[in-house]
Amino acid sequence: MGGEHPPTSTGLNNTKVAIWAFIGSECFFFASLISTYLIYRGRSPVGPFPHDAWTDPATGHVFKAILNIPVTSVSTFVLLMSSLAMVLAHSAVVRGDRRSSKIWLASTAILGATFLGFQAYEFTSFVHEGLTIHTNLFGSSFFILTGFHGAHVTAGVIWLLTLLFIDIKRGFSPDEAINVDVCALYWHFVDVVWIAIFTLVYLIK
Amino acid sequence: MAADHSHATLSHDAEGNVSPPEHTHPDWGTYKWVALILTVLTAMEVWIYYIPSFTKTYLFVPTLLILSAVKFTIVVMFYMHLKYDAKLFRALFVGPLTLAAFTLVGLLFLFGHLKISF
Repeated sequence: MGGEHPPTSTGLNNTKVAIWAFIGSECFFFASLISTYLIYRGRSPVGPFPHDAWTDPATGHVFKAILNIPVTSVSTFVLLMSSLAMVLAHSAVVRGDRRSSKIWLASTAILGATFLGFQAYEFTSFVHEGLTIHTNLFGSSFFILTGFHGAHVTAGVIWLLTLLFIDIKRGFSPDEAINVDVCALYWHFVDVVWIAIFTLVYLIK
Repeated sequence: MAADHSHATLSHDAEGNVSPPEHTHPDWGTYKWVALILTVLTAMEVWIYYIPSFTKTYLFVPTLLILSAVKFTIVVMFYMHLKYDAKLFRALFVGPLTLAAFTLVGLLFLFGHLKISF
């Protein structure tokens, strides 16, 4: 972690205790959203559907399976690589390597923004193909779940850009590595939530 | 996967007593291997999704869930440093995660998505 912290009753850094407690509460938040998605799974009376084609009986229009697995696989890879960049950024700050810390913080933010770009593309293409948040139960639960995850990624990117700004402006000393550490923990949590979403929503038919 | 890049800190309790180091962090080699393993596991997940004969078997869903759980655990243990960190942090994460998982499974039973037949 780098640096000492003031005495605490647990002997641990309070900031880190707080971020872990927050992450614990986020487990419940995402579990409730994933539960909702799974409960409504396969209960939409009308399409479009995630994995199967559907013909609208009123118009005869054929809707193909809506999920684009190749595109989402690439965005999943991008998010996994952003986690690697994040640990390298933290490691650089701990070592006092200011040049590397800037490069890896910027890389993490760029990869996070790229993931958001993929999500924007996915959402836009879904709307063009006839799936909105109002269309059916799948649309509602899907957009709410992935939308909230995207909001968390957005918050993470803003946090990373703030850290990058500070790093460029005055730099982080190894004693201040806790500031990057808590952001890294949040970022990795967002990554593990996506690992669960990718399997439960995209891959399991 | 040795944790040879140590930068643990000595912390102090309210009385000023020195506690054991909070944690050590893995090195670049470990992070590289973790990234490679995560990539391979993700590729495996996507690969089996495209095997029609496998997706129709009862093994499809458990295999995906196991691969996902392994990826989840690897990120938490190595990238989030829970393997090397204080037990309190582990409790703060694993406790709510376990409770959330039980709640999720309970809801799936309640709404008829999971059934136990006797």
